[in-house]
Amino acid sequence: MSQALINLFYLAAAVLFILGLKGLSHPRTAVRGNLMGSAGMLLAVVVTLLDQRIVSFQIILAGLVVGGLIGGILAARVAMTSMPQMVAVFNGFGGAASAVAVGAVVEEALARGMIEQLTSAQFTVASAASGMIGAVTFTGSMIAFTKLQGLILEKPFLFPGRHVVNLMLLVGSLGLSGWFVADPSSSLSFWLMIAAASVLGILLVVPIGGADMPVVIALLNSYSGLAAAGVGWVLNNSVLIIAGSLVGAAGFILTSLMCRAMNRSLTNVMFAGVGATISKSDEEDIYTGKIKSASAEDVAMMLDGARRVVIVPGYGMAVAQAQYVVHDLTQLLESKDVEVEFAIHPVAGRMPGHMNVLLAEASIPYDKLLEMDVINPSFQQTDVTLVIGANDVVNPLAREDDPSIPIAGMPILDVDQSRSVVIVKRSLSPGFAGIANPLFAADNTVMLFGDAKQVAMDLLAAMKQG
Amino acid sequence: MEVFVAALTIFILALFLGFEIITKVPPLLHTPLMSGANAISGITLVGTLVTAGSQLSTLTTVLGFLAVAMATANVVGGFLVTHRMLQMFRRKD
Repeated sequence: MSQALINLFYLAAAVLFILGLKGLSHPRTAVRGNLMGSAGMLLAVVVTLLDQRIVSFQIILAGLVVGGLIGGILAARVAMTSMPQMVAVFNGFGGAASAVAVGAVVEEALARGMIEQLTSAQFTVASAASGMIGAVTFTGSMIAFTKLQGLILEKPFLFPGRHVVNLMLLVGSLGLSGWFVADPSSSLSFWLMIAAASVLGILLVVPIGGADMPVVIALLNSYSGLAAAGVGWVLNNSVLIIAGSLVGAAGFILTSLMCRAMNRSLTNVMFAGVGATISKSDEEDIYTGKIKSASAEDVAMMLDGARRVVIVPGYGMAVAQAQYVVHDLTQLLESKDVEVEFAIHPVAGRMPGHMNVLLAEASIPYDKLLEMDVINPSFQQTDVTLVIGANDVVNPLAREDDPSIPIAGMPILDVDQSRSVVIVKRSLSPGFAGIANPLFAADNTVMLFGDAKQVAMDLLAAMKQG
Repeated sequence: MEVFVAALTIFILALFLGFEIITKVPPLLHTPLMSGANAISGITLVGTLVTAGSQLSTLTTVLGFLAVAMATANVVGGFLVTHRMLQMFRRKD
């Protein structure tokens, strides 16, 4: 096949990627969109396999089978609660593949003595850039995975002098890249750069706390796209450049959305080590004598008399696997003509949109899952708001203009404006931000202490009796 | 230089297109968006196949194998897990 024809097929693959991502703009078209994306990928791979420079298919086939099995088994078995670590792992694979692919291309150019390529600045600079980004993506994603999976401490690990060490690693990687670009007659500088960038990826993510992982994963997602685009620059391959930059843009948008939803800058998320210390100072004054504890029967009565109920799910609900019982509770309420809706904060869960997936898995229709900006004006007309396993995203302290409050300025769900608020929670312990929540002590709030799943089952039983 | 400018043109235009498309994806579907985009970033696979099959040296073959396997895991796993999630957003009634 001529190169022009191959490029036309690549163009078709790129169009399929674009249409596929476009399909994700609505749940109705999303499944088809994803299928179009995978069709584009298949097309690009098949066309590439027709390349005459391929003399043996054994290694390729082995790689496709091994990779396909690993990816397929992981994807088929993963639980929806573990989706963030799954995406982190795949992300890491993508980054590593880009770095290793570029390494292979460099070694090939050296072995074949392709002087023309090696002396082209586009080739060497793009090789160094995508190798470096790919390596950081790989090790960073693996650390994010181990944190989300609970294999290592989720809390930020802050070692002394980390900014200096990271800066040295960054300068070192850039210096080694420069060395490779200046003298590409040996690949030693390239592989040393990969090693330095790999260490940098680890040290960049280690100091970041578990609740900030959505931002980290989104950012690494963006990097994996840029690394792929870099491989496209190395090989002068347009479909790699297009697909890579689409993903780069997607990751970047999600990163900035997440940062905005927490009112924090990317620099703050990446380098401040938020969540390392928990202050306990003001809890006593806020809570003493003001906490009202209710029983499941009390709350069942409140729900029985309500016309509109809003449920605010947090990560605690997913950890307790309470979403299925919450679904049953929703159906029971609706059978009693109570209007039920869910309020989804942008950072609910452990990655962008995670809570929606968890609720959809429990068969809760997606048109009941409302974004913060849509549902906030309706809290004043809400009789009972049920907060299950969420904390910081409903903390009214976020409205204060006090820089000493870690969540100051963060947009929150205005649940305190509803007629009554029920907080389902194990204890009064603070959320990720490590601060007390005055909502718990508000006049219209009652606490329903216990495990989210158990409480939801008790509520269900009490309502059926009542 | 001509090649470079052509590649740069594609790169910049694709970035703009990416921003336009992705901002239209509702937060409801941000997790599938992420895993689906992630699968697309496995397009690196295309860049690894030729090297893996060229039988040049042991080093390039080993590197080629690793790159093909990891990129394939990324592609297959990414699209599959996205499909699993999107199935849940289908209306039940």
